[in-house]
Amino acid sequence: MSPRRQRKSLDTDERFPSAPLEGALLEVTDIKTHFRSPRGLVRAVDGVSFSLERGRTLGIVGESGSGKTVLSRSIMGLLPKKNVIRDGSIRFENREIGNLGPDEMRNIWGSQMAMVFQDPMTALNPVMRVGKQITESLLYHLDISKSYAEELALALLASVGIPEPQRRLREYPHQLSGGMRQRVMIAIALACGPKLLFADEPTTALDVTVQAQILDLLQAQQSERFMAMILVTHDLGVVAGRADDIAVMYAGKVVEKGPARVLFTDMKMPYTEALLQSIPKIDDKSHTRLRVIGGRPPALINPPPGCRFAARCPYAQPKCVEEEPPLLPASTPGHEFRCWFPVGTPEGQAALERNAAAGTTAAVEAAVAGDGANAAAAVPSGGSD
Amino acid sequence: MAGSGTAHLRPAEETLLRVEDLVVEFPIGKSGLKVNAVSKVSVDIKEGETLGLVGESGCGKSTLARAAIQLPRPTSGKVLFEGEDLTELKGEALRRVRPRMQMIFQDPISSLNPRRKIGDLVGEGLQIWGMGDKESRNKKVDEVLDAVGIDPDAARGRRPHEFSGGQCQRISIARAVVTEPKLIICDEPVSALDVSVQAQIINLLQDMKDRYGLTLIFIAHDLAVVKNVSDKVAVMYLGKLCEFGPPDEMYEDPVHPYTAALLTAIPVPDPDVRPEDRKILKGEIPSPISPPSGCRFRTRCPKYQDKCAEEEPEVREVRPGRFAACHFPLEPGEELDFSRSPAAAEAATPI
Repeated sequence: MSPRRQRKSLDTDERFPSAPLEGALLEVTDIKTHFRSPRGLVRAVDGVSFSLERGRTLGIVGESGSGKTVLSRSIMGLLPKKNVIRDGSIRFENREIGNLGPDEMRNIWGSQMAMVFQDPMTALNPVMRVGKQITESLLYHLDISKSYAEELALALLASVGIPEPQRRLREYPHQLSGGMRQRVMIAIALACGPKLLFADEPTTALDVTVQAQILDLLQAQQSERFMAMILVTHDLGVVAGRADDIAVMYAGKVVEKGPARVLFTDMKMPYTEALLQSIPKIDDKSHTRLRVIGGRPPALINPPPGCRFAARCPYAQPKCVEEEPPLLPASTPGHEFRCWFPVGTPEGQAALERNAAAGTTAAVEAAVAGDGANAAAAVPSGGSD
Repeated sequence: MAGSGTAHLRPAEETLLRVEDLVVEFPIGKSGLKVNAVSKVSVDIKEGETLGLVGESGCGKSTLARAAIQLPRPTSGKVLFEGEDLTELKGEALRRVRPRMQMIFQDPISSLNPRRKIGDLVGEGLQIWGMGDKESRNKKVDEVLDAVGIDPDAARGRRPHEFSGGQCQRISIARAVVTEPKLIICDEPVSALDVSVQAQIINLLQDMKDRYGLTLIFIAHDLAVVKNVSDKVAVMYLGKLCEFGPPDEMYEDPVHPYTAALLTAIPVPDPDVRPEDRKILKGEIPSPISPPSGCRFRTRCPKYQDKCAEEEPEVREVRPGRFAACHFPLEPGEELDFSRSPAAAEAATPI
């Protein structure tokens, strides 16, 4: 409740003195987020670094449990203090924000960075009218009158494509459909003109036609406002045409990142390749056998030494089980990957052929005992095309 | 969209399941209003086929499949399963049919009783039906667990929480096939799973189908998944059937405007496809309490004409083997601009 009095208009906020426009908007260095649990330390995010320029879109892709949501929440400072161990630096407009408490973050949330959550029904307050939920952050951050805030809210609702915005302002979330609710969420997030928008699986709960509408809306708003966006998703199709850069996460680490086009056409990490191959393609004939990634991601408590994908990787060699690969640069600037035997290189091809000849990979024996059958299935699914 | 009609049905004696003019309505309290969940839909499945049901949420695809196995009972219509009309069966007679029809649900973890052991969960159907003695039942449980890729010795005594989502879905599949059913209804079986696990489960379902000679109804909202598994696809919109046909032709060249709309909206994992160039469908699905007159898709359809509001289209053979309920079906290769549907604003009325 307390810092209501401290509210400032954005222009006069001394904590953000007209920040220089050059340099990255967000710079994340070696961020680690570990959770203490009765069974041991869960390494949800384990050393992630990236930087994001103004107006760009970064797609973060990964399976559930890969740490993509924890990563975005760590940057936003939305994780509880208790039983969370954090490390690393988060610089936003050249200011360290990783060590700020909730009171200080409150001035950043909404006005500098905002988030659109996955499930709009649980993210909206069910007993508060939509209009009030939008004006709340406007009144908090900007030195404006209530009636002007309501005017702004009306304009926001109209800009996110809600028909009859006047009427909707007076309604409660349950009176809106799922797509409408997500539009309201976006209106709330955009209210104070943030410089960085997190969209955490913004369309997972929505139908395919509504999904396309919402993604188009996010993209239009982003370019209109020259806002940076981090789009977190498990669906490579969602980020393919919309993100400038993509980071693929696996078991708490970024295993490959680079410009979207390069990542789809010239991926180096076997996991990225396998992930793309395992998606059913709309152009394939029906009953096309899908290539599978055998097994499942490793436990984040005491993850295995070496490469975390080794147990499921058709390229795995003894080195992969013993030594963890660092992020290595590829030929395209900005493209980095974590692999000793990258896809599309002579070493990778040789590793794949060795495994095919042996009928097994070096990592299969190291696979979790209970999952042995699945891990073995990783081998025949190999082979690049 | 959308219509009634049975032009697409094959002769009854060739099919395993034949649903005719099925209607499911849910009354809303004492208001006299009702939700028109499924309105006169007909579909059929031959033995060994997979029928894919697609559509947006609220289109009635799950209700159709559930009403087919009499859960809940349909308001009207006929459901012929192996020649018997299930809507006329009651009590014990209906119960006797049940082991031949099984279901796999969307959320694998909540569809398994957390307090029971895997061996009991999978073997329960056998026990209820008194199939074989204890020893042969255990053998059967081990066999199906092994078939779905779960080690029976390790799994039998464990409980669902000790398994991952993908493994739980494998166990659900084992439970479904253990009574050797003819028909399995898969209600969004891969929607809750990660892409890498999704591929495993889809391939597994295909293997199970071949091994146990199953017929599947596969419900999903992911069109690529449906295409991959299906022999025939039924597209539904607001309780009505839009299009029925083989997936390869349908996806290549949709006949019904709604099918085309769904296909345009799919996110493609290809950075060269610029999503902003697509002309996607606007608005939202209208309320099933008071659906639009005539064709229910007319409020969002770029091909809308007055006839669509006045007269409901019946399912008819638009091209050989291609059935659709539309007065103005698409010509081969025709492209629609969905951003310019005439009544997009009207369709935006909330559900």
